[in-house]
Amino acid sequence: MSDDTPHDETPLDTLPLDSWHRAQGARMVPFAGYEMPIQYTGPSGGIVAEHNWTRESASLFDVSHMGQLTLKGDHAAHELEKLLPGAISNLKPGKMRYSLLLTEAGGVIDDLMVTNTGPHLALVVNGACKWDDIAHLREHLPDDITLTHFDDFALLALQGPKAGEVLESIIPGTGELTFMTAGLFEWDGAHLWVSRAGYTGEDGFEISVHEGRAEDLANALVADERVKPAGLGARDSLRLEAGLPLYGHDLDQNIDPVSADLSFALSKKRRSEGGFFGHKAIAARLAEAEGGTLAKKRVGLLLDGRMPAREGADVFAGDQKIGTVTSGGFSPTLGRPVAMGYVDALHAADGTALECEVRGKRLPATVSPMPFVPHRYFRGS
Amino acid sequence: MPRYFTDEHEWIDVEGDSATVGITDYAQEQLGDIVFVELPDVGAVIDKGKDAAVVESVKAASDVYAPISGEITETNSSLEDDPALVNSSPEEDGWFFRLTISDTSELEGLMDDKAYKTFVESL
Repeated sequence: MSDDTPHDETPLDTLPLDSWHRAQGARMVPFAGYEMPIQYTGPSGGIVAEHNWTRESASLFDVSHMGQLTLKGDHAAHELEKLLPGAISNLKPGKMRYSLLLTEAGGVIDDLMVTNTGPHLALVVNGACKWDDIAHLREHLPDDITLTHFDDFALLALQGPKAGEVLESIIPGTGELTFMTAGLFEWDGAHLWVSRAGYTGEDGFEISVHEGRAEDLANALVADERVKPAGLGARDSLRLEAGLPLYGHDLDQNIDPVSADLSFALSKKRRSEGGFFGHKAIAARLAEAEGGTLAKKRVGLLLDGRMPAREGADVFAGDQKIGTVTSGGFSPTLGRPVAMGYVDALHAADGTALECEVRGKRLPATVSPMPFVPHRYFRGS
Repeated sequence: MPRYFTDEHEWIDVEGDSATVGITDYAQEQLGDIVFVELPDVGAVIDKGKDAAVVESVKAASDVYAPISGEITETNSSLEDDPALVNSSPEEDGWFFRLTISDTSELEGLMDDKAYKTFVESL
């Protein structure tokens, strides 16, 4: 869900855990305006090792660059619904939903998570978009809705099949949460907001913690031998395998949710009732999708061989250029290159044989359902 | 057999008018896990400083420039099946290609082992 556009013109911010990452052997790179760990060095470090550890055990990711916001006010859910296509009013306390801030033309301003915490709505938005998102929300929400930016909170993601048992042993009760639910927990005198969610396709949690206690919590998590730190590099290859779009690459203001294959985020009731930015455009795209006349669609591509096709690679059907790769790389889990991109909807059916062009070479690619690697979310035992 | 180094982190072993080229341990460390190496065709004539190979890591593609000019005589076919050799043995089994040296004067100005070590420490 995040963008890696470096902000060269402004000095980089540091994360609350900056020195912790460096002590763990992180290689830091500019990302979303912050110096962030792309990978760690040492025997268990490296993107592939960190990726595989996340799929096998559990990894700790620092996603504190993301914007943590709350909205408070009598009609906050109703007002927020004017800016996004998800049903928020009927979201019960402790439940969360993936949604999209939209322009009036139906383009994606950002993708985000919305949680009903009870007293307020909590929003987690992309790091590179957070200042624009705040301005957009402030401009369009009524003045009696209070927007708070929790910029003194870190966000730590614990992801992997062993995340549930590890976190339950450290913060009892968290194991009861199911995918896309959240709650307030106390740990060693600190209040933690824990969500069972993430962006790797694995079971896991995102933990919001005050920056003053972030290091204690990170230390407690990696003290468990099942947990190792992992960087942005592994996070990117994991989310690509999970078929999850990355804002700024697979999503932007010129792309609508229907073409982006995110129609699941358009709640049925809201599709029919409207009353949100972009409704008219989205209704038109949905009708096109229904009638088979949608112009382009986000699809997954499985490539033959070992050479990856990356962002910007042209996609061909025969001699005709019919699309562009928006994210691509080598899948450590599958041992072959995978990509996602936008192609003419006429060539978007699963199994369609296409080609990606890389450095003048045509690489055979097959349109494939996503996720490439099955999601393993915890929906209850 | 003298070994030369470039400031682009390539090594060159010279034997008569033939040279073997690869990337250094420092370079593989910086690139991370290598998943694919695109090598030049045998018989291709490459010019010093121009693209000679491409190394794909999980994260990105990086160009490898020809450290000297010459004609490619052999490429390391082991890298097709096992590109991770560049990570595990960058300065031996993970070599990239061999070429005939067309101009030995191009070797002047390249670093020796000691100078390269100093160069890396300065980075």
